Amino acid sequence: MTDTSNAPDAIRRSGRWVFVTGVTLLCLWVLVPIYLLMVNALSAPAEVTAFPKRFWPSFDTASLEFFFGFRGVVDALWNSVKVAAVTMVLAIGLGAPAGYALSRFDFPGKEAFRFLVIMTRAFPLPLLALPLAVMFIRTGLDDTILGLALVHATLALPFAVLITFSLFSGIPLELEEAAWTLGCTRVQAFIKVVLPLAAPGIAASAVFAFVISWNEVFAAAVLTIENRTLTAFLLQSLDVSPLHLKFAGGAALVIPALLFIFAVRKYLFAMWGIANR
Amino acid sequence: MPRSLPYLLLLPATLFLCVFFLYPFVLVAIDAFTRNGAWTTENFTRMTGHWKFGTTFWNTMLLAAVVVPIQLVMALTMASVVTKLDRGRSTILYIFAIPLGISDLAAGLVWLTIFEQSGFLNSMLTGFGVLDKPVLFLGYQNPWAIFIAIVLAEVWRATAIMMVIIVAGMGLIPKEYGEAAEVFGASRWQRFTRVTLPMLKPSLQTALILRVILAFEVFAVVAALGGTNFPVLMGETYHWQFAMQERGVAAAYAMVILGISIAFTLVLLRLLHVPKGART
Repeated sequence: MTDTSNAPDAIRRSGRWVFVTGVTLLCLWVLVPIYLLMVNALSAPAEVTAFPKRFWPSFDTASLEFFFGFRGVVDALWNSVKVAAVTMVLAIGLGAPAGYALSRFDFPGKEAFRFLVIMTRAFPLPLLALPLAVMFIRTGLDDTILGLALVHATLALPFAVLITFSLFSGIPLELEEAAWTLGCTRVQAFIKVVLPLAAPGIAASAVFAFVISWNEVFAAAVLTIENRTLTAFLLQSLDVSPLHLKFAGGAALVIPALLFIFAVRKYLFAMWGIANR
Repeated sequence: MPRSLPYLLLLPATLFLCVFFLYPFVLVAIDAFTRNGAWTTENFTRMTGHWKFGTTFWNTMLLAAVVVPIQLVMALTMASVVTKLDRGRSTILYIFAIPLGISDLAAGLVWLTIFEQSGFLNSMLTGFGVLDKPVLFLGYQNPWAIFIAIVLAEVWRATAIMMVIIVAGMGLIPKEYGEAAEVFGASRWQRFTRVTLPMLKPSLQTALILRVILAFEVFAVVAALGGTNFPVLMGETYHWQFAMQERGVAAAYAMVILGISIAFTLVLLRLLHVPKGART
């Protein structure tokens, strides 16, 4: 790489330079807008609406304090966490057994189930919230954490099935068979052999389900009135809220996202490799 | 026991999808075609009769038509770049993947910091002396500025999902194919178009279907940047359901979104048809 002196190397080096510039530009394309949002979130309200803007934050927490002090914000934030947590439990609790069944057994009806799961991809799922709003009023699930989590779980479940399917497929059946011959029952073998190997991946897909719920706007806005999630809260106050409230809210949405993706970064690509099919 | 075991494992997920996926879609279809319990197409005539419908429909289509191709090219570029990296690969991948976790509402707010009147774009342009005073980019007088802002925000936010799927797909292509092509004197570009792209078909199919459907669902980005100045289908659905309290018309909008989503899925399945035997 650091070789010098002859012509092909010079070309390679200039090619390398173009390559590095390209990668840097792509990274900046992703990072700079986030940085600018953070500048706004970490500046005083007066600076957020001032003109021209400075390109570095003044580290004044007044905007954030205003945001967290704003009526309903803390509740909305907490609702978002609760809905996402319930979604996560539902998606993995229902999805992982299905993923395991798909990876380990051949049985009639397997293709039909896979078709059902793949089909969900062709549908804009947040629209489910429209008819469910009525159904939920009848069953008393309207405007509840569980009601919204059920819809979000429909969004996350297909992913959970496909991702856990790919995870379990990556664990050799021979390991389980060895455990059976050593006297383990099917359940014991699963708990002692398969689960420890799959656990980190399952945790990653759980985080993924969390993110799907955390970010969902449409269903949350349709299904909640009093118990709004943060996204629904921000959406419904878009027209009326001052800029610094919007930007602090944006930052509150973005920062967890950064952490979630960081937490699952190792699994992101492995998860999608087989989930493609 | 062993024979029923797989069914027992699938049962919860199947029941769940039937109750919360299939059943609501039957309901939304019924909502769209009925009014006060009687079968009618009135919801659809009210929807198409409203002056906003045409604009809404074409805005959504135009947005998808502009955004998706840009994302495809960018995602392929990012994926090829990443596969060539030897140092810092995981860091760069993480950075490229960040928008995957960011909601459309947050993405809209991110780009609002740049495009609003006292925002960073105006600050920069006046700083360089291009403008004397800040311009109101996102006002109704500048529909194209709103459109461009939405396109940028959508491309920024949703390219990551395509990139991740394509990177995963590239990882599944055996190295030998490319090497063989190289031995036979194929250039880099030829290797990309003749070996990588055809082998990527299944991943491209997944990526495009997901992205196209998400493009028809565009909602919060538009709400944050354009408000009501750039109506899209999902936003109108929300408006009819919520502000106008017209469930039937909202359901009719839902059917339109559903219809175009299914149509495009079928087209993409057909265009990028992968023969069963070619799957690994």
